[in-house]
Amino acid sequence: MSGTGASRGLVLGAVAYDPKVVTIWDGFRAWLRGPGGLEFDYVLYSNYERQVEDLVAGRVDVAWNSPLAWVRARRLAAARGVILTPVTMRDSDRDLRSLVVTRADSPVRSLGDLNGRVVAVGAVDSPQATLLPLSLLRAAGLRVDGPRVDNRGDRGDVVVRRFDIGVGLHGDHVGGEREAARAMFAADPADRADAAFMIDSNLLLFAREGVLPPGSARVLAQTPPYDHCTMTAGPSADQAQTASLRELLLDMDYGDPDLRPLLDLEGLKQWLPPRLSGYDQLERAVDEAGFYDAEGGIRASDYRP
Amino acid sequence: MRATTDLEDLGLDEGGHLLVDHALAQLRPGERLTITGRHQALGVHLAAWCREHGHRLAAEAAEADDAPAGQFEVVKGTANEQRWRDARRAGAADGPPDASADPRWGLAARGALVEAGGPPIGAEWTQRDHVWADIAPRLYAAAAASQWDPATAVDWHAEVAVPPEIERAVVQLMTYLVENEQAALIIPARLLTQLHPHFREVMQLLAVQAADEARHVEVFTRRGLLAGGPLGTSSAGGRTSLHTLLTEPDFTTASFLLSVLGEGTFLDLLRFINRHAPDSVTADVARLAVRDEARHVAFGVAHTAHLVKSDPSYLGVLRQSVERRHAALIDTAGLNTEVFDSLVLLAAGSWDPAAIRRGWQAVRGLQQQMDEGRRRRLAFIGFPDGEAAELSALHTRNFM
Repeated sequence: MSGTGASRGLVLGAVAYDPKVVTIWDGFRAWLRGPGGLEFDYVLYSNYERQVEDLVAGRVDVAWNSPLAWVRARRLAAARGVILTPVTMRDSDRDLRSLVVTRADSPVRSLGDLNGRVVAVGAVDSPQATLLPLSLLRAAGLRVDGPRVDNRGDRGDVVVRRFDIGVGLHGDHVGGEREAARAMFAADPADRADAAFMIDSNLLLFAREGVLPPGSARVLAQTPPYDHCTMTAGPSADQAQTASLRELLLDMDYGDPDLRPLLDLEGLKQWLPPRLSGYDQLERAVDEAGFYDAEGGIRASDYRP
Repeated sequence: MRATTDLEDLGLDEGGHLLVDHALAQLRPGERLTITGRHQALGVHLAAWCREHGHRLAAEAAEADDAPAGQFEVVKGTANEQRWRDARRAGAADGPPDASADPRWGLAARGALVEAGGPPIGAEWTQRDHVWADIAPRLYAAAAASQWDPATAVDWHAEVAVPPEIERAVVQLMTYLVENEQAALIIPARLLTQLHPHFREVMQLLAVQAADEARHVEVFTRRGLLAGGPLGTSSAGGRTSLHTLLTEPDFTTASFLLSVLGEGTFLDLLRFINRHAPDSVTADVARLAVRDEARHVAFGVAHTAHLVKSDPSYLGVLRQSVERRHAALIDTAGLNTEVFDSLVLLAAGSWDPAAIRRGWQAVRGLQQQMDEGRRRRLAFIGFPDGEAAELSALHTRNFM
């Protein structure tokens, strides 16, 4: 496919986790093709797994990847001897943390106290609300990989109650995290979770939404900082066009009134050069959970993207 | 001196970001703000908030060994400065409005600092001279101050002992007035939708004008139904005449034909009805309406004169609009004869031949008065006397 890349232009894959994705990429496409002068198009995927497979196979040239999608793309590419080129990331993709949150009045004072208790997590494939914080619990010596049955009889494990909303979207859909946070305040004590996982920014979002009213929740622990989305070019991408895309994105000016609404929707002020140092934590978490194997194969048995 | 702000125990989930934002506003991009506080999740809040708003939480301060707990450093980002870089003020709040209103100001208040971007307003009239009159702010203030309540401004319980044939004449006139006031409501409402809101006082004035007509429609309808009978007739010719006003595309010619010529003529008509009213309700509704209509006429005359003063050649456009309307109506009957006869009967007060003669003469006098009024207003706008007389004579027989 690489020979045809330059003539057909650069095709980017993005995942349609929300209707706004169409607005964003239609807008970027018009800008990149118009003022940018780049032959650019995009296609949308319903989930990250197919997008990553198509990137590595050269069916799309560039992919706007979740952190988990990057981890899988890296593994698939390494296994097949394919070269991937990092393109860019958002300023807001750097140094995120995931939180373990409890009710403010909870007797739980440390991660160790979660032993035998119920933890509400996001979707099976959410890096921020499932994979990374579960890894944090494992590092604290907790057993989190027992049968995922909500069974309080087994006091040796943390009981993981998962909220599988938007499976395949790698946690981009906020629904799973929101339901996990709500579970801490379930009316019936039997349904109530003792802790919930969420990304740091959602602590403020859920406060604004009234899901976690101020004073109702306490941050029990947080992961070390990690990086989030990253844009990656695959083997079919024309090098000059990829370089041009990177330059155009890095040059996008938040002061430009045509671009500002698109940047606001996409949640950034500025595109930054990519860095790959922020994904080690997730690589470990994926291995611990057996989510993907070293070659990028999907190994999580209950994952249906 | 380093910029600092202390949030005490306030989190960013309860408005703490206002204090941070307020302190950052004093700084330039790249400068640092030290934030202290005791909220349990302050560090988490700040990290997430900074990322969302393009600032940076300096990691070294939070993690340095000698950094006190609950102390953070935020490095101000550039997003806010970038966002407002191309912002412009939409003229001066207290006026006068700019000669040309920028469509990109959209719905922004006059005088507001307008962020670049957003949808431009689709208004057709963006040039001050094409919509403005210096008297507009004062007319609006007067209009707002003299709104009346149809429920209480008229004594609806007053005795109405009108002979049946005179009552029929009153009902016919009310039926005719409602149809005219409906046209007079729709036209300013339609002009409003194409007016740039930068010309705030004109927008307000047109809105009140439409509201005035809404009340007129109400009181004329109520008077028409007061005796319990059905309403009168609506003639095809009368409606055709009014319809030509609805399709007038230009702000000034629409305002000229409706307010200067039409409503100007109506001032005399309403005074006539007030003077010859057989009952106090009829007298009241005509009196209340004439007060409002006088303001509409004042704006129409002042605006048309304003435009002609800045562009005398516009007199030609105005003249053409009268001629065009006249040509469009030449094959129609014009005034509903039942309306004309009702005016005669109203002034006569009875079917007595001598009374009818008096009524007839009174209506002739009314028509002469209407003509003089139109000529006076046309002359004020800038037409030479001869041309004013000629144009007045071309005005529709339907009065409005």
